[in-house]
Amino acid sequence: MCSSTSPFDTAPTEPSDAVIVASFPTVTLAAGQAMPAEAEAVEEIEAVDRPWVTVVWDDPVNLMHYVAYIFQKLFGYSKAKATELMLKVHNEGKAVVSSGSRDKMEHDVQRLHAAGLWATMQRAE
Amino acid sequence: MRQWSRKNSLGGVKLRSEMDAHEASVLRSLVASVLGMLEERAAGAPQDDLAALTGLRTGNSAPPDVPALRRLLPDFHRPDADATVHPDDESADLNGALRSLHEPDIIDAKLAAGAVILRTVPESGGKVVLTPEQADAWLYGLNDLRLALGTTLGIDDDTPEALDEDDPRAPHLDVYHWLTWMQDSLVQALMP
Repeated sequence: MCSSTSPFDTAPTEPSDAVIVASFPTVTLAAGQAMPAEAEAVEEIEAVDRPWVTVVWDDPVNLMHYVAYIFQKLFGYSKAKATELMLKVHNEGKAVVSSGSRDKMEHDVQRLHAAGLWATMQRAE
Repeated sequence: MRQWSRKNSLGGVKLRSEMDAHEASVLRSLVASVLGMLEERAAGAPQDDLAALTGLRTGNSAPPDVPALRRLLPDFHRPDADATVHPDDESADLNGALRSLHEPDIIDAKLAAGAVILRTVPESGGKVVLTPEQADAWLYGLNDLRLALGTTLGIDDDTPEALDEDDPRAPHLDVYHWLTWMQDSLVQALMP
């Protein structure tokens, strides 16, 4: 399914994006006019190509400000989103902080461990 | 020790604080201790002929025995939390494989962060001036110190501010709280 020569390619920012975007002609529509069938098909492809998640677990040592800071630093999340995820970890015991290919999750977990957060990876449910 | 402050200077953004000789000494000693533990762990990794040929490092595949080290180098997968994995063997293999692949780099990152602290702590106390990159390293390094000390002390949500004077852990808990204050102050000075 991977084709890098389609005239309808948009410019992907990550190799995994190319797999998803390259197969479909990208038609620019206003948001309200998006075709449901195309959106569904893209989601299906995403599910096949992005089946893993990274989970961060609550622990009694890590500081809330530090956890939010790391989420911003490692994932480029806004302060608001990073704080939301941090609060989810704090209040619910865990939160999914990223998703994607297995390789990407390994890389994310490694970086989180280097920063001292308790993270694991698993297949998306 | 004073709060961290953030200042724009001619040389760029700087994070500043000040600590006395005793504080500097305690901090250096703690960092050296954690780095020593990590270096020992790295040195204990199995020698692999294939690794020697390919240049790809492999690390330990079994988790550390020491609780502090185990918290610094946790598993990559939790079988108890993953409904998609059934046999226990599969998870042990997954953890072993991921650990041996990634642990060397994680140890390196932690050694590098600690080294920055050792390089920038004033010899006998005094001013500390950090670039944002050095401050990030301090955050990582301080966090590792707190993880190691906190795990060894058995810190949990019910741990009180102070223990009884007679409790041998009391002075260590004070150090832990001091490190917590220092890290919190620094991350808030850094936050955009």
